[in-house]
Amino acid sequence: MKILVQREDFDPGAEITALARDAAVGAVASFVGLVRDENDGAHVGAMTLEHYPGMTEKAIGAIVEEAKRRWEVRGCTVIHRVGQLKPGDRIVLVAVASGHRHDAFAACEFIMDYLKTRAPFWKKEQTAEGERWVEARASDDVAAARWQEAARKAG
Amino acid sequence: MTARVRILYFASVREKVGRDAEEIELPDGVGTLAALRAHLAGRGGAWAEALAGERALRAAVNQEMAAPTAAVRPGDEVAFFPPVTGG
Repeated sequence: MKILVQREDFDPGAEITALARDAAVGAVASFVGLVRDENDGAHVGAMTLEHYPGMTEKAIGAIVEEAKRRWEVRGCTVIHRVGQLKPGDRIVLVAVASGHRHDAFAACEFIMDYLKTRAPFWKKEQTAEGERWVEARASDDVAAARWQEAARKAG
Repeated sequence: MTARVRILYFASVREKVGRDAEEIELPDGVGTLAALRAHLAGRGGAWAEALAGERALRAAVNQEMAAPTAAVRPGDEVAFFPPVTGG
């Protein structure tokens, strides 16, 4: 499992290739999050990402461990950038390698949904009207909560 | 073991209170996150504004997300911050 919090950009293709080296891997699902140039009706010129060093890596590690308990995960890479980013820049990569696609898709989405609500990152946008902290979205809590619902149903 | 706790502030909370970290003696009777938050808000001014009870804040004890009822003990690292917005 590879978890990195860094200022530098990353190469999604290289990360996916690295995960695919295990011959038992039949599927790699990946998600790349990007900075948009618009949010809540305002043009976003740049964004600064702050985090809680130490806790961030632990929190992501705990999320990945939870994913491994739920699905067959043979390899996983999570890279999240911090510092100043511009529209079009990559923010986050989640890539999961499994034997089959269902586990890879599900674990990738689960990790992303949990990261959104549990990993200590905060975005501040620079817009024409000035700087503003991005507000947490209720829809992200709903997205994370449905995995708990799924776990309850699975019993 | 020190009788002090280290407190970290992040994002909008850090900006409001004007500092990113401090160490304080844990006052008598302050044994939970909620009690520590109320104690800090009791400083008034920006502290009251940043940490007042009606604000949706999250907190961590020793780098794990924790509920308001979570215990805070001497030597702990506590953090207060707004709901997270990464990803």
